[in-house]
Amino acid sequence: MHGSGIPIWFFIGVLLVVYGLMIFGYGIYEWQTGSYPPLVELTRLHTPIWWGALLALLGIFYVVKFRPGQAK
Amino acid sequence: MLGLVPASLPAGSLPSLPALMAFAVAPLAHLRPLDIAVIAIYFCMVIWIGFYLKGRSNTSEEFFMAGREMTAWIAGLSFVSANLGSLELMGWAGSAYQYGILATHWYWVGAIPAMLFLGLVMMPFYYVSKTHSVPGYLNLRYGEHARILAAISFASEMILMSGVNMFAMAVVMRVVLGWSLTFSILVSSVAVAAYVGLGGLRSAIFNEVLQFVLIWGGALLVPILGMVQAGGVGGLKTKIISNMHSDSYFHLWRDTGHFAANPMGTHWSGIVFGLGFVISFGYWTTDFLVVQRVLAAHNLRAARMAPIIGSFFKMAVPFIVILPGLLGLVLLQNPDGSHRQLVGEDVVKSCSVNPSSDRLDDSAGCATAMATRSTLPAAYQQKVLAGIPGSELHSYNDVLPLMLVRYCGPGLLGLGITALIAGFMSGMAGNISAFSTVWTYDIYKPLINKKGSDSHYVLVGRLSILIGVAISIGAGYLVQHAHGIMDYVQALFSFFIAPLLGAILMGMFWKRATAPAGFLGLLAGIVSSVSMFVWVKYDHAALAVVALYPDATDMAANLYRALWAFIITATVIFLVSLVTRPRPVAELDGLVYGVTKLPKEDPVPFYKNEYMWAILVVIIFAALNILFW
Repeated sequence: MHGSGIPIWFFIGVLLVVYGLMIFGYGIYEWQTGSYPPLVELTRLHTPIWWGALLALLGIFYVVKFRPGQAK
Repeated sequence: MLGLVPASLPAGSLPSLPALMAFAVAPLAHLRPLDIAVIAIYFCMVIWIGFYLKGRSNTSEEFFMAGREMTAWIAGLSFVSANLGSLELMGWAGSAYQYGILATHWYWVGAIPAMLFLGLVMMPFYYVSKTHSVPGYLNLRYGEHARILAAISFASEMILMSGVNMFAMAVVMRVVLGWSLTFSILVSSVAVAAYVGLGGLRSAIFNEVLQFVLIWGGALLVPILGMVQAGGVGGLKTKIISNMHSDSYFHLWRDTGHFAANPMGTHWSGIVFGLGFVISFGYWTTDFLVVQRVLAAHNLRAARMAPIIGSFFKMAVPFIVILPGLLGLVLLQNPDGSHRQLVGEDVVKSCSVNPSSDRLDDSAGCATAMATRSTLPAAYQQKVLAGIPGSELHSYNDVLPLMLVRYCGPGLLGLGITALIAGFMSGMAGNISAFSTVWTYDIYKPLINKKGSDSHYVLVGRLSILIGVAISIGAGYLVQHAHGIMDYVQALFSFFIAPLLGAILMGMFWKRATAPAGFLGLLAGIVSSVSMFVWVKYDHAALAVVALYPDATDMAANLYRALWAFIITATVIFLVSLVTRPRPVAELDGLVYGVTKLPKEDPVPFYKNEYMWAILVVIIFAALNILFW
């Protein structure tokens, strides 16, 4: 977005970091305790861990690249 | 959005919302605290964005047009996101379950050519004329009467669709999560009213981009994990052919030579001319809900690039919509491990359970419906009739949430549900922001108060958002109590948008088109479309005339009715123009092709050139159609 103010991508980055960390954290807990939700398929793939990490990394990229004062 | 809803919606999820409500079953999913936290954070974020942007929405240009300072990327993503409502996601996934990849036509031939046409050919006229809305363009080209007719019909459609969206979201949340209708309606309407009312179009666009990212982040896992479980593309094909005994599910065009040769009951001519031309061009080039996003671009090049950028993402959407529908065909299971078959909404309705007695309302009707309108195994039908727990029926339109529940545990499920909510809210916000602009600029200003100050019109815009949301809530509850209204809501698109396309194309590309012709053509198109709808409604045999085939589906009837409405509009404009006085050519500068001097754009490197990207879109589009021929 042009003009002054916080770029939209920064908001998206923040939200992705928060969501990514929450889901990643739950994935670690799930893996450590072995308490997988019943009826959910493919738990052996540990989806929350890699998907959460992916979201968080993408979010960090946006937060850093579009942090206020840095974005053009 | 309405214009591109699939057959499963006109004949399925929207009309059947009351059926869903009556069908008392356990919710599909149960949210854990982590899921609720994910959803709550989303609501906090969108409302905070509204408050944050309030200070940058003080003038009418800022409030209604987002200051015309959006980059091509922002405008392009918002352009696609405003169309990517959850009803559409769920409806098309359900259609893919029923019809296979034929449903993809609504994302490819039914969108891409029109998006490129908007960007490369039409956008210069919208942008150079500096109009605030599509009815505003009609005012410049044809005069006040055409504008008022278009504005009133458009504003009515927007507000009704917003209400339908709101109500549909509430019903889906009830079915999926067990939330009460009132709770869902209140939460979503307050959130949308807050962030659009505070930050105007800028806030709506801002949130649409956010929602677009969330929709992908929440829905992308389903096809990825589904493909892993199905054994890749080869495994999916083998399983579908084995289960369905047909390979029609993988062909876009091969079986469209005759109405009866494909499960959709349509013909390639309807797909190409009805969908690919009239409906698609009508929606993507004249529906102000989407055009408004592109008008907010910061210069002409960005305005032309926005639809082209959007077209790349539009081509990719079937991956998160159509593919889950196909995967659902072979992967969904009943609690006992047997293959789960989804059924039509009519069958679900026939087998609705009385909440007070926990028994079927009409056992005989249910048995007949399952026997005649489904392929459920006899043993499973007996389980349904006996009311055995876990044997509830689910409709085609439930395929996406069912797949979501299948693969997503705590956190991921919250993200998926947030994606659905985000989709609903972006659709509602799009309708409300477009309504506010059309109401203020094309109805209030010319008819009620022509001499208001700029701040007065901003105030009117904010109030119209609040009033629009209130009317939407009323429309939502009206739909709940008057089921027949849904039939008419589904047909709104062909009533208004197809004639609008005829009027705008004739006006934009034929300098001889006159003001009386524009108004009369638009009126004739609307009246004829409504008449055809009523005719078929009361005389089913009329389908043979309107849709060229006596057993045409609702979808095919919509396609052909839109095509006729367009032809009638264009013909009336042509004939009336011949006998009325045209405007001097000098007055048409900036409005008509051939007499407009477009501003010269600075040269840019090839990778920023819109024509280069458009050619790339065309190549990918052609390759996909050949690949899935």
